[in-house]
Amino acid sequence: MDRLNAWARRLPEAAVWALGAIPLALLVWGTLSNGLGPDPVKAIEHDLGLWALRFLLASLAITPLRWIGLNLIKHRRPLGMLSFSYAVLHLVAWLWLDMGLRFGQAAEDLVKRPYIIAGMLGLLALLPLALTSTRAAIRRMGRNWQRLHRLAYAALALAVLHFALLLKVWTGEVLIYIALAVLLLGLRLARNLRRRGQLAAQSPRVVS
Amino acid sequence: MPKAFKPDLRWSDVTPRAAFLNRRQIFAAGAALAAGALAGPALAKIEAAPSKFSTEEAPDTFETITGYNNYYEFGTGKGDPAANAGSLTTDPWSVKVDGLVDRPGTYDLADLVKGQPLEERIYRFRCVEAWSMVIPWIGFELAGLLNTIGVQPSAKYVAFETLLRPEEMPGQTSGWIDWPYREGLRLDEAMNPLTILATGLYGDPMPKQNGAPIRLVVPWKYGFKSIKSIVRISLVAEMPQTTWNMLQPGEYGFYANVNPEVDHPRWSQASERRVGAGLFGGRVDTVKFNGYGDQVAGLYAGQDLAKDY
Repeated sequence: MDRLNAWARRLPEAAVWALGAIPLALLVWGTLSNGLGPDPVKAIEHDLGLWALRFLLASLAITPLRWIGLNLIKHRRPLGMLSFSYAVLHLVAWLWLDMGLRFGQAAEDLVKRPYIIAGMLGLLALLPLALTSTRAAIRRMGRNWQRLHRLAYAALALAVLHFALLLKVWTGEVLIYIALAVLLLGLRLARNLRRRGQLAAQSPRVVS
Repeated sequence: MPKAFKPDLRWSDVTPRAAFLNRRQIFAAGAALAAGALAGPALAKIEAAPSKFSTEEAPDTFETITGYNNYYEFGTGKGDPAANAGSLTTDPWSVKVDGLVDRPGTYDLADLVKGQPLEERIYRFRCVEAWSMVIPWIGFELAGLLNTIGVQPSAKYVAFETLLRPEEMPGQTSGWIDWPYREGLRLDEAMNPLTILATGLYGDPMPKQNGAPIRLVVPWKYGFKSIKSIVRISLVAEMPQTTWNMLQPGEYGFYANVNPEVDHPRWSQASERRVGAGLFGGRVDTVKFNGYGDQVAGLYAGQDLAKDY
């Protein structure tokens, strides 16, 4: 584990960014080489959204991994920023390639369609996190930074809801993502409850 | 996304398979003549008469039509049917005809379709998922078959069933859907000349991922009504159960007519994306009854289509 941690510490942030850009590069290559199948629009849109979700899951796995001794905290910010970047590209793909810039219909969907609303709220939840991801912001905000960044939990819940709502039937794929999201959020909840229990046990009871 | 990539060509500009096969045959015939031999066609193409019901719009390519399918018996991904349908045995194939008919029985497919005049019907195809294609089906009118088997006066609906064979249809091992796939039409819808049983496309026998060897095509309804790989046709008095309606009655009705005014509860039906239109193909407005209103709107006179969705 120590060797893993040392290796992770040495890995530069740029390397995570470079690895994170590979799915995008593959999509661009697939588009140029006609390798995305009969419906490249859906393939691009779906893939971008899926990678946004995967990077969000990865960034939220950092803390539970630290509890068991694996320290990847240095790479949490690029993972979160990658998730946000793919989510923005996903939105652009929807508006431009899928909706064909029909802003009227898109606006209607934004207030009417639960899966679109969930997806958009998820992206909006990530926006302040992306804006406050600089070291300066972390220093300036102190404890509030941590409070604000709990929005990532909401973003994850909204993202899997968005995914589940747009399917006609349950698929194994979406169930796996729901399970991962429940696991990552559930681990935090369980730890929180346990700590509270310990605190309550430690503090003297007031008997009147 | 590189900005420079914007081809002027669309998928619909690609030479259709029928055309290039024809050309190949011409070349082959020329070569054969030169050799002094009698030329046979390169492929046993299905003879089919043109139809006045065909659209003028350019059909999508064979590759698009056979590579992008909803056929959950072979998986839920659009590419799954093309990848998994190869194992399906379509010969021999028999169809059970039962219910309120004069000549019930289990027919070999060849006997069932014997004498039915084959036509090429180039139809628009609109999926409930808001994408669409143009497909050159080959088939015959369902009415012709119904007249052959003899519909009794008490029959009001036609019910269809897809093959149930989990060992060849891997999707049927999942329990989300109560297999076999079921669909149905009201008798007047079934007798409409637009309604066909299709046995081929682009001059070829029906590809397995598109519902070989015989499938329904009802061009004014959402695609899920056009049931594939049919093994049973029943004439019944009551409205039959249909698979998507059984799964989500609030989202998929029995009628399922293409209608931009009635949204799917979770998404809009106002517009559609032509799958073959390429990256920047955008959307077109969806037309009520998928543009076949002249032929079918009368079937629903007096019906509230927002209620009978």
